[in-house]
Amino acid sequence: MPLPEAEICLTVNGQVVRKRVEPRQHLVDFLREALDLTGSHLGCEHGVCGACTVRVDGRIVRGCLMLAVQADGRSVETIEGVSDSGELADLQHAFHQRNALQCGFCTPGMLLCAGELLATSPSATREEIREHISGNYCRCTGYQAIVDAIETTLASRRATAGASEA
Amino acid sequence: MTARDELPVQGEHQTLSRGHVGRADPRPNAKRLLQGRGVYIDDLRLPRLAHVVFVRSPHAHARIVSIDSSRARRSPGIIAVFDGPAIAQVCKPWVGVLGHLKGIRSPTQYPLAMERACWQGEPVVAIVGETRAEAEDARDLVEIQWEPLPVLVDMEAALAGLPVLHPELGDNICFERTVDTGDIDAIFAAADLVVEETFHFGRHTGVCPEGRAILADYNPAEHSLTVHHATQAPHMIHDILARHLDIPEANVRVICHDVGGAYGIKVHVYPDEMCTAAVSMLVRRPVKFQADRMESFVSDIHAREHKATVRLAATRDGRILGFDLRDLTAIGPYSVYPRTSGIEGNQVVNLTGGPYRHSHYRARMHAVFTNKNVTCQYRAVGHPIAVAITEGIVDLAAQRLSIDPVEFRRRNLIPDDAYPYAFPSGIRFEKLSHHQCLDKLLELMDYEALRADQARARERGCYRGIGLAAMIEVTNPSAAFYGVGGARISSQDGATLRLEPTGALTVLCSVTEQGQGTETVFAQIAADTVGVSMDKVRVITGDTATTPYGGGTWGSRGAGIGGEAVLQSGRALRANILDAAAAILACDRATLDVADDAVIDRLTLRSLLTLAELGRSCYYRPDTLPAGFQSELMVTRHYVPRDYAFAFTNGIQASWVEVDIDTGFVKLLGHWCVEDCGTVINPLLVDEQLRGGVVQGLGAALFEECRYDQEGQMLNAQLGDYLVPMAGEMPDIVCGHVQTPTRTSELGAKGAGEAGTAGAPAAVMNAINDALAPLAARVTVQPFTPERILAALGRV
Repeated sequence: MPLPEAEICLTVNGQVVRKRVEPRQHLVDFLREALDLTGSHLGCEHGVCGACTVRVDGRIVRGCLMLAVQADGRSVETIEGVSDSGELADLQHAFHQRNALQCGFCTPGMLLCAGELLATSPSATREEIREHISGNYCRCTGYQAIVDAIETTLASRRATAGASEA
Repeated sequence: MTARDELPVQGEHQTLSRGHVGRADPRPNAKRLLQGRGVYIDDLRLPRLAHVVFVRSPHAHARIVSIDSSRARRSPGIIAVFDGPAIAQVCKPWVGVLGHLKGIRSPTQYPLAMERACWQGEPVVAIVGETRAEAEDARDLVEIQWEPLPVLVDMEAALAGLPVLHPELGDNICFERTVDTGDIDAIFAAADLVVEETFHFGRHTGVCPEGRAILADYNPAEHSLTVHHATQAPHMIHDILARHLDIPEANVRVICHDVGGAYGIKVHVYPDEMCTAAVSMLVRRPVKFQADRMESFVSDIHAREHKATVRLAATRDGRILGFDLRDLTAIGPYSVYPRTSGIEGNQVVNLTGGPYRHSHYRARMHAVFTNKNVTCQYRAVGHPIAVAITEGIVDLAAQRLSIDPVEFRRRNLIPDDAYPYAFPSGIRFEKLSHHQCLDKLLELMDYEALRADQARARERGCYRGIGLAAMIEVTNPSAAFYGVGGARISSQDGATLRLEPTGALTVLCSVTEQGQGTETVFAQIAADTVGVSMDKVRVITGDTATTPYGGGTWGSRGAGIGGEAVLQSGRALRANILDAAAAILACDRATLDVADDAVIDRLTLRSLLTLAELGRSCYYRPDTLPAGFQSELMVTRHYVPRDYAFAFTNGIQASWVEVDIDTGFVKLLGHWCVEDCGTVINPLLVDEQLRGGVVQGLGAALFEECRYDQEGQMLNAQLGDYLVPMAGEMPDIVCGHVQTPTRTSELGAKGAGEAGTAGAPAAVMNAINDALAPLAARVTVQPFTPERILAALGRV
């Protein structure tokens, strides 16, 4: 039987949220059920597929391996927030142009995972891209288009950074 | 514009294109998915929505002695609990057989197990709660007393009837098929060379990123049922819900939203989904079922558990004389409704030896019942088996005759000028391009350079191999696939095109979208045939209340059949637009055409009337049109292939691997795929279909297997244990095309969605065996795990 609900207060996509949650509720279920942020998906619910990837305090986590109560006092970002801020607009554009998605179920998690690589490894090679997204399962594309789109975005960001330094 | 636009598009020197068809347009409908703003079933929010979860059998075979759900019923948030007999009151059972699969048999199947469970994972009790968590809490409180029964997991034991799983059937044979063109024993006895090999194929499954999902919303006031369903075939499901739940067809509506991967997994009738619709009727509320990953592994259909022994006879100079096949496959305890579980084995019989000229063929196939999860049609249905056994035995023959595998194929692939061509077994080909595809493949992969690299690698103790896999593929199926057998599955599809008052174009099509890009290719075809720009086209699919009737998306039929319906509808609408324009402009219709969102003068190409203006006149000011003229700016056309049972396609793949003989690990160094799917409507989308398909085939070859123990327990029923291909292990895949349009349609498109999956396992197998050839080792058991490779090398 569930334990008594706990009150949590956290920031989700820049907005302060105060809710009562069951201690057993996973972060991704909280986002989907309590906040209707349905862009984060449940693929396996045991930490393998990466479809539930969200950001907590700037780092990507599996929303199915973290409890909502553990997010108390922290800042959570989902695909909806990241889309609205435009932070990954270039990556999303590259995914679109390259058709780096088919059914789209893995895509929000894949974008957030790739977004971390863009931020931390601007010179990542194709092999490093493949390695980095190897915790995110895609059944439709065969991955190549995803790797292409990330590679394109890395290159265009490097070009932009180079131009602004010059 | 010229008169060519009135002619069939694939006449000599003709193309359909006014710019859109053939272009690599990105998918407009992908944008919402990129922002997490798609709508999958689990994203829907309905008032009074209830959630259903299932108690599933923990036993592979056991009698239900008693079910006590009293504690579950008293659990917080529980609305109702149902067992098999309760659901059977509102949902009629089914039998998964078809008339054209002569002799196929299966026992009656109910949504929930009635007296016994026949596989681990079979749904037994349905628990309906206010939340999914509450329903799952109550699930643990249901007490079922089981009496375990003998478990049948081995195919050979099943064939021998030890024991008989369904006593009323007398034996365990679901379906058997024999083909014999005659004289095979004499031909093999006299042949210069006979090679024989037995191949084993592990069970695997589709592993859709989104589990199966259905939201059934029964309205007792209207006796109507609206079902939101992650399905590939909404009209088929519509018909089945109406008949099995006894609701008038007109009172049922099936809506598909975004579907998170399907690959054939979501084209079948599942007992838990039928039960969900029944539960909605019983509790008079909308009810949702969302399969979780673990129950998906034991309840989504599996595929491909086969043991196939094949013999090939050839002449000394490398000419194939015939194939002799013996195939055994285990389909679980029931043949799946309504497509049956006989099709995969049937396809293996139809397709073995398919790319090669041969005069003699004998095949015998048995599909037998066992106490494992059911099997049915998953992407490429039977092709991966047929291609692997054909290409495996062809390579073995080439090796025995010391002929290079490329040269051996050149001598035996059906010549490109031999069409129309028919096999002695009866299969007919309209036109294939095996030799063009082979040439293109060799050029793309630089075959000679790879052979040189392989030789150098061997000198340093590094074992690399090249594997080829030629194939034929069934696409654009006619009614011969299901309809003739009595299945209420449409092989015809329809498209409605409507010109809106603003000059926009709305397309409604019965083919559905699961991310392949069907809506995009329909928009391209509609834009070209009507004469509008892509941004003016909106495509609507997946709603039985609004779209024309049709089969949906399966069997590599969406672009070829749905696309042709859109094309025909587009031509008809364009003709009607010209009628209206001639009336408005008071000129000769023959002087007019449509291009770039306007009616133009055919000779001067000058724009005379925008479609927005035409729409405004026809819809809002018909009073200004000549008396007696009525515009018809909405048309519907249907299409079904009639000339051939299937539009066969062909293609060839190559794999380049390195085998670590100390660890047994296989590294995929490269993969090439040349495919002839006829008219390529959108190269961006078709290449990603090929690549995605290849990777599913690579998964089957190297990683994926539903492993069972002797008690019928699936041992790896979670994603942490069932290996799927991830980005790090996959190679880049080079795609190439030869285009031989089918003349059975004006569009000329054949299917492409299953080709990659069909050919990849054979290419990898041949590459591994090529790598291991100097060590006199061979692998024939899929998946080719490190353990199996080390065993073949005698190292474990």
